[in-house]
Amino acid sequence: MKTYDAIVVGAGHNGLTNAAFLAKAGLDVVCVEKNDYIGGATVSRNLYKDWWYSNCSYVCSLLRPEIYRSLELHKHGLQVTPYGGSVQFMQNGDYYGGYHDDEVAYREMARFSRHDADAYKSYSADVMRQCRFIRDFLLSTPPDPTSFKPKDLMELARIGGKFMDMGEDRMHETIRFWTMSVADYLGEYFETDVIKTALSGSGIIGTALGIHSPGTAYVLLHHYMGEVDGNAGSWGFARGGTGAVAKAIAGAFQAAGGEIRTEAGVAQIIVKNGKTVGVALDNGDEIHADIVVSAMDVKRTFLTCMDKNDLPEKFHRRVENFKIRGSSGKVNIALDGLPTFPALPEGSSLYHSDMHFIDSMERMERAYDDWKDGTWSKDPYIDMLIPTLSDPTMAPPGKHFMSCFVQYCPHQIEGRAWTADEKEAFGKTVINQIANYSPDFKDLILHAEIRTPQDIEAEIGITEGNIFHGELTMDQLLFNRPIPGYAQYRGPVGGLYMCGSSTHPGGGIMAAPGANAAREILSDLKRPNTVPENFGDD
Amino acid sequence: MDNKYDAIVVGAGHNGLVCSALLARAGKKVLVLEANEQVGGAAVTREFTEGYSVSACAHLLYQLQPEVRKDLKLVTRLASEDMTTIALSEDGKHLRLKAGSVEGVSENDAEQYRAFHKRMTRFSDLLRKFFNKPPPRLGTKNFKDLMTLGQLGLDLRMLGKEEMQEFLRLIGMNIHDEVTERFEHPLLKGAICLDAVLGTHLGPRSPNTILTYLYRLAGDHGRTSVPAGGMGSVSNELAHAARSAGVTIRTATPVKRIVISNGRATGVDTEAGEHFESLMVISNADPKTTVMKLIGAKHAETGFARRVSHLRAKGNAAKLHLALDGLPTIEGLSKKDYAERIIIAPTEHYVERAFNPAKYGESSPNPVIEITFPSFRDETLAPSGKHVMSAIVQYAPYDLKGAWTAAAKAEFLKVILSTLAKYMPDIEQHITASELLTPADIESEFHMSGGHWHHAELTLDQFLFVRPVNGAAQYRLPIEGVYLCGAGAHPGGGVSGAAGRNAARAILSREK
Amino acid sequence: MTTVRDPVHQGRLKTPFFPRVEQLDFLNEWHEWKGYSSPNALYCGDLEYFAIRNGTGVFDISPMTKYRITGPDAMEYLNRLVTRDMAKIKAGRVAYAVWCDDQGQVIDDGTIFHLREGEYRLCSQERHFAWLQAATIGFDVSIVHETERVAALAVQGPTSFSILNAMGIKGLDQLKPFGLMHVDFQGVEMMVSRTGFTADLGYELWIEPSKALDLWDALFKAGELYKIRAIGTHALELARIEAGYLAPYTEFLPADETVRTGRSRSPLELGLEWLVDFKKPNFNGRRALAEEKRRGSTWQLVKLDIAGNKPAHSSYIYAKEKGKKKEIGFITSAAWSPVCKQNIALGTVRAPHGKPGDELWVEVYYQREMHWNRTMAKAMVVDKPFWFPPRRGATPPGPY
Repeated sequence: MKTYDAIVVGAGHNGLTNAAFLAKAGLDVVCVEKNDYIGGATVSRNLYKDWWYSNCSYVCSLLRPEIYRSLELHKHGLQVTPYGGSVQFMQNGDYYGGYHDDEVAYREMARFSRHDADAYKSYSADVMRQCRFIRDFLLSTPPDPTSFKPKDLMELARIGGKFMDMGEDRMHETIRFWTMSVADYLGEYFETDVIKTALSGSGIIGTALGIHSPGTAYVLLHHYMGEVDGNAGSWGFARGGTGAVAKAIAGAFQAAGGEIRTEAGVAQIIVKNGKTVGVALDNGDEIHADIVVSAMDVKRTFLTCMDKNDLPEKFHRRVENFKIRGSSGKVNIALDGLPTFPALPEGSSLYHSDMHFIDSMERMERAYDDWKDGTWSKDPYIDMLIPTLSDPTMAPPGKHFMSCFVQYCPHQIEGRAWTADEKEAFGKTVINQIANYSPDFKDLILHAEIRTPQDIEAEIGITEGNIFHGELTMDQLLFNRPIPGYAQYRGPVGGLYMCGSSTHPGGGIMAAPGANAAREILSDLKRPNTVPENFGDD
Repeated sequence: MDNKYDAIVVGAGHNGLVCSALLARAGKKVLVLEANEQVGGAAVTREFTEGYSVSACAHLLYQLQPEVRKDLKLVTRLASEDMTTIALSEDGKHLRLKAGSVEGVSENDAEQYRAFHKRMTRFSDLLRKFFNKPPPRLGTKNFKDLMTLGQLGLDLRMLGKEEMQEFLRLIGMNIHDEVTERFEHPLLKGAICLDAVLGTHLGPRSPNTILTYLYRLAGDHGRTSVPAGGMGSVSNELAHAARSAGVTIRTATPVKRIVISNGRATGVDTEAGEHFESLMVISNADPKTTVMKLIGAKHAETGFARRVSHLRAKGNAAKLHLALDGLPTIEGLSKKDYAERIIIAPTEHYVERAFNPAKYGESSPNPVIEITFPSFRDETLAPSGKHVMSAIVQYAPYDLKGAWTAAAKAEFLKVILSTLAKYMPDIEQHITASELLTPADIESEFHMSGGHWHHAELTLDQFLFVRPVNGAAQYRLPIEGVYLCGAGAHPGGGVSGAAGRNAARAILSREK
Repeated sequence: MTTVRDPVHQGRLKTPFFPRVEQLDFLNEWHEWKGYSSPNALYCGDLEYFAIRNGTGVFDISPMTKYRITGPDAMEYLNRLVTRDMAKIKAGRVAYAVWCDDQGQVIDDGTIFHLREGEYRLCSQERHFAWLQAATIGFDVSIVHETERVAALAVQGPTSFSILNAMGIKGLDQLKPFGLMHVDFQGVEMMVSRTGFTADLGYELWIEPSKALDLWDALFKAGELYKIRAIGTHALELARIEAGYLAPYTEFLPADETVRTGRSRSPLELGLEWLVDFKKPNFNGRRALAEEKRRGSTWQLVKLDIAGNKPAHSSYIYAKEKGKKKEIGFITSAAWSPVCKQNIALGTVRAPHGKPGDELWVEVYYQREMHWNRTMAKAMVVDKPFWFPPRRGATPPGPY
């Protein structure tokens, strides 16, 4: 059997990114993938003839522009097309629209509250400040606060310096921002329920927390990160579906000489004498390399694909305690035509927007209470988009594809597996909520795919089907992510690395974990770094 | 009469008394003005129905800081000491928890609990170090602040690498995840969750509840006791210490306003129309009351006033007092167990579900309850052979939808009694009188905004450097001459005396 | 049930004067101003400028943000809000003012009209309802946003007094700079203030929108003999720089919208110390400003008289330190002043640079026939406005 320099396990966007940067440094790299398609959760699948389903992740805003540029993804077919605005349908028949144009957005907000319309600017500035603060740390390895190594101390000092630079008042605001609930945070700026509701969604997406849970204000940044660079079209759809992102990164990887093997699920990461030597595949084959990089979530990596005896006991326990919570599901719907939303004027730009069907903070929080009780939200928070309005390649002409991200949806129902009836009922919950605002919607449905976290786990392999590979709570961020003492992409075994979304800075199609891990590996190998630096402060 | 003082303390709560005593000892001429008839604020003993007395708000002593005891040479006489916590089970198979040991659970749970308690007390000791000094200012080049900050970092590192990692991980976490990771027995999980959420607007799943749990331990490692004569005895002792140091204490003298002239405090006006002069006014009242009512927001700057108005302080803890003609029956308890701390929090889910309605301004249909029978060891509280039950009941949100009308209170009382009846079937037969204090009642009787124990929610965004709000964390308000010394200031509430002591120290060191 | 409502207006809004402005427009050059269409220039920006200095320029200021402030505590409220002493501003007077956050950083500047005893209008470039509302905590005061309820025109230039006189407005001869009066215009009340953004003789007229077009017509009819012209922003901007007035987003940013550290400015740094009254016991920013005054400011706004005739747009400013030129700041507004025949600019430099009389250098880039050229021009810091004619303050004003 051929021996490689490195094996990357999992061909999701992070695995591929990692592999691409290693290959660019001249390493002989193979990326193995259990499915017969690449992309992991960054995928669009041709489930029906002429139909492409982006059936896990669905928008593209976080992909670090440094990585995009460095891997020349445009040359490998990636093109992101922007979409516009958002809308919040209200139970009283009204709606709250978010618009691209600042003045139109202002007018709409002022329709509900002049106070809120005027507060929005300082709100944006305050959130943007936090974005700028952390943006710098996305493409860098988090320092270990317990270490006395010069590199860690310097990085800590750099973070400390940036923090101090804010001045006393804004330092305090930063502490508060990182610890508050999104509901309380928004409450300090806005008075209108529907406006707060519209803004609060980004504080809980992908987390098993409610809008009133402390620590959720920080999650807002995941929404704003796409905008902080000020690059036009940073929020958008990848033309051809999110799978196009994975395809483009794979293209870059292959162009650098890398090899991808699909239908090559890893049964075990092999360890000898405290060092990894390769992987054993499900079919019994072995592939050998001194470096194994896992793009799988940490629970799957260490609890499923490794022998407990190969791992330090405390590490193993901490992996067991790492929290990956299935909290959201997807319902993907193929439509015979564009559904109408009578509350919107005909031809409204808001058809191209993020649509939501929940209009109060109380409904948002009650949706979470259902999840805590071990069931899906009966009145869920749905983030619905019709990508085919921007991207004609995803469905036959005149037809439309609708993507519904649904929160909250548990991995299991009251601690046991989902039944087929429950899954059906979950889908109905979503369809009915939308149909409340679109009478012709149900009749247009051609086919649909209902995906609970359990389904995503079964197909993609992510623990609890959580596309973020682990909760974004303070105890699992930065130097705590995924495991304190192991936040620098190195596993507890020689030659073993982690590069998935379980590592800093976390999930979303950001590709930063994959890139950061590559930089650490190359530094350990004393190879020249191929991973780009942050574009830097402006 | 001489109306001039070096310092006036508004409110004779435990913090106000501690602060005043320490200032007087440093040679200051101090006046304490208290609105109520008695000193003590929320640490008082009073009759609630003829012949029956009770600690009307706080009812257990577990946080009084050793430093305060030492400074003021307190020798509180205790009726019950180092109480066991009995977590009630409907089937009579209760758990008993005490200082890291727990009876009634599996070997594994018991072992885990020992380890858990050991770690938590260790972390709480670290917190306690922070609690007994004024928080440093961030972003200044002041040597003292930098030293304090450095000391914080050093203390943290002194935990050792692994424990420091664990501390940094746990501090923002929720108690629910920690207990479900460690323990099997639902009662044990419920009991720990209850301790983490009592007095807060948080449920076990809310991040931050490890912090509130540690906070509870950061006095006496969670050991609870009841002073002889109720909590009022502690306050009387503090008042005695203050008076001995030369402090003048006037009760039944509500303060109408802190007088601000030419941008600084010059004294106070009382409701009765008296005026006292002092260039230093120290408020034991909560920050909202202090800024909005006593000072008047117009004397503050807009940003500051807005922050204070955003301060979260919505109480959820109601207080129930029952006069009983005999002790209720609780299956599985021996007679002497009635001297202990008894709780109803059967599972972690139960506690979380009790919290859910509070988010929407509804009271818990199945509340969590902390019960004591103080009369069991203290005959001064009830007629011979009769008893008093004192219970803290959560969640009873301050801003109840439709407000705490008499009907809403009666309804909630019914809910509480039916919850109690599950464990004490004959409770209703023994009741001769009752009093239910909702957070709204607690607000009006004890003058704390929102009826919140801590004067301001105890969460990381209102903690340490940012408690109560930016720009007032060093006990000094941005209005010349006004200081805070109450629970709203660092470190927070509980009958600890820490805020009062820190405030006095901050004021005295500033004068140097 | 679902009811369709009209969506909020999606394009640019039109002010009440728009139909008339549009009639006089030849260039079709518009920009967006707080959601409204506002002309850059109508027929020729440079000539429009001379209307301000030689005749009368009429500029539609309806998009200015306006708030009505009333209630028993209105004066006290404003006094805490802004840095200057509003107790001194009697009814019938107008005050230019700045307001700051708690850190003493400027949120905005504007004019406060003391309309009647206890009744004020605050008029500013930016919108601040959230801040103004927060500032009401503890005051018995009510704030109403009235931007859309008041149409307004700036009528500026040496003949403006004559025009308004000709329109039949009585008592104008006694109106001093920063004074206001209420007059009747065709049966409705019109407010006339002797204010403006041009440092010339000029007035502003404030009226309900329904009477806007009638007012315009009456004004232009009366102005026929007095060289009245509708003007656009280009002309006004030139006049503003000559006057040395500040513009938000140009000379400063609203402090609550700055993202980067150190990008906001205090009134002291903007040369507005005369607006800060430390004798007031409390106002927003007082503590921070007192501290700044003690320690010294970081920045200093300067008015520069620059050698040569090439406007120093976006230039860096240098000072000589130990024989070497060191970069100390940058230009924020620059123009060739047609009336002064001076190359003028406003800029911001690191204190203690920028004292009147300081000699600085400005690096000017200019393009001639595609090629870029660069020159180091000497620049003198001046303390007076570049243009400040006696007619601006004369009461009664002269006829032309």
